[in-house]
Parts: sequence; structure tokens; C-alpha cells
Amino acid sequence: MDLIAVAWPYWHQFFFVLFAATAIGFGFGVLLSKNVVRMAFYLVLSLGSTAGLFFLAGAEFVGAMQLMIYVGGTMVLLIFGVMLTAQKDFINMDTHTQDWILATIVGGSLLMVLLFGAFGSEDWKTPQDITDAEVQATKEATPLGLALTGIRVDTLGESTDAVAEGKSGYLMPFIIVSIHLLVVLIGAAYMARTKKLSHATDDKSSRAKLMLFKMEHEEEQLEEEQYVVTHRAKSALNPLDSENED
Amino acid sequence: MLLIGTVSVSWYLAVGAVLFVLGAVCMATKRNLLGVLMGVELVLNGANMNFIAFGSKVLRPEGSLGLDGQLIALFVIVLAAAEAAVALAIALNFYNNHNTVDVDRANELNG
Repeated sequence: MDLIAVAWPYWHQFFFVLFAATAIGFGFGVLLSKNVVRMAFYLVLSLGSTAGLFFLAGAEFVGAMQLMIYVGGTMVLLIFGVMLTAQKDFINMDTHTQDWILATIVGGSLLMVLLFGAFGSEDWKTPQDITDAEVQATKEATPLGLALTGIRVDTLGESTDAVAEGKSGYLMPFIIVSIHLLVVLIGAAYMARTKKLSHATDDKSSRAKLMLFKMEHEEEQLEEEQYVVTHRAKSALNPLDSENED
Repeated sequence: MLLIGTVSVSWYLAVGAVLFVLGAVCMATKRNLLGVLMGVELVLNGANMNFIAFGSKVLRPEGSLGLDGQLIALFVIVLAAAEAAVALAIALNFYNNHNTVDVDRANELNG
């Protein structure tokens, strides 16, 4: 890194523009493509470029996790979902024109607000010196792992109380997230299981109920018909009674 | 390169904002259930970009969130994986029961 920095002082800007352009460009690809398989591929590239931006910001561990979990895990899941459901009619789906217009208006105004906020603060806009060798040499993975087990080694040197309160670590959120992930995976496996057997019995029982209902209905109809026939026969046999009745 | 000078936090926030809006518009316009899911992934990535930018000691040596930003970004990644698993299970279930992945036709509950 030092060699590149010496040879070419603009490497940081160059790679930032490269990764940002690919992330945003393939994001537009996801949005504008009608083919769901191509959308999945563009999303992989966009997320990979985002991981590059994470590396560039000095978050190596999060960038590696982004590549492993997102690109390696979530995207494989999504692509399997696409493959399982991509039948003829569902590969290409057009969006209604009025949806496009409405979404463009809402999204454009949202983007204006967000960009105004991003460039609004003078503190965020002014770049700080990034050639500090001590900052660039810090290793992130070990303090991150220790923070997940409840020990903060990165804020030990701080003297102010406001920062020292941040020593508490992230053990409880870590446990909650672990159990949440376990429950979610069990639930997902339960929901996505094949239900051929239960489907068959469901079909049979519903069909049997339908048959029973039809038979009862037919019986009622038969009874009604019989009643009508006997009534007519009676009235035909003794017309006087029927006249009296009327 | 000379156009933006040295990269500041604002540029990361801008990239995150663009990804967020792209994902939100994707969620709103796609009719395919899996397309909506991809929009959610883009939104979560745009939000993650902000955490990384504010937690980065390279971009802001003074006054950065430090490790807190990266830790929250990790939690977001894990929760996004969980969300994708459940949403895909629901999508497959919906496809098995209704033979479609069109969200416009998923109006049986009539909420």
C-alpha cells in the first residue's frame, strides 16, 4: 500500500470512484432489468463493489464478511429462489407505467433530501488527512471479536467518560442475534419443506367433503322433487281437496 | 479524481443514499417477489455504507464512531441473511400454493 501511495498519490480516489461507479451502475442494472436472473447477477456485482468500498474505508473484516455472507450465502439463496420459481411467465415481468412515474417522483425527492443531508454538514464534507501511518496500521479483526465477547480494547485509552461508557461491549446483542438466526433458520426450513404427503391427504379429504356435500344436496333435491310429485299426484287424484286448499 | 479531491465521509454517504433510493424504488416497482427482496438487500447495503463511513478511522481520524459502526454493520449483515432466508421460504410457500410470484396477485388476505 505504501509503495502504491508513493508511486501514485491518487490511488484512494481512483479506487473510490471505481467501486462507487460499479456499485451504483449495477444497482441501476438491478432496478432497470426486467429479467430476474440478470437482476440477481447485477446484485452480486453491486454487493461486491460495496465490499470494495468497505475495504477502502478501512473496515477489512466487515468487507470480508460482506463478501462471505452476502455474496457467498444470501445471494446463493436468492439465486436458488430464482431458479425454483423462474417459470416462463415469471422471468420477465413488466412494471406498470404509472408505478414507474410515481416511484421516480418519490425516489427522486427522497434522493434530494438524502444528498442534501449528506453534503449539508461542514464537518462531514471536509476531508481529513488519511496518510496517518498509525491509523492505517490498525488491525480490526481482533478488537471486533473481543467486542463481540463483551471486552472493548479499543476504547481503553480514552479518558473522557462519554467514550469510556462505550466499553460495555456487544455480548448481549451477539447472543440475541445468534438465537434469532437459529430460530429463523428452523422456521425457514419448516416453512419451505416439501408438503407432498399432506397436500395429497388434503386434496383427498377436501374431495371427499365435496362429494359428501354434493350427495347430501342431491338427497335434499330428491326429497323436494318427491314432495312436489306426490303433492301433484294427490291434487290430481282428488281435485276437490286441492281446490278447497286453494 | 481531482474533481472530488480527497474522499470525505460525505461521498460515502452519497453512495449509500443512491443505493438506498435505488433499492426503495426497486421494492416499489418490481412485480416479482424476488425482485422486491433484491430491493431490500440494496436498501440494507445503503444503510450499512453509512455505518462504515462513520465508523472509519481512515476517513475521520477524529470523532469517528470507531468499532461501534463496524459492529452494527456486522449485525445488519447477519439480520439481512436471516431476513432473506425467511422471505425466500415465504416466497417458495406462496409459489407452491398459488403458482405465481406476482405480488399484485397476493391479495387474498385483503388487509
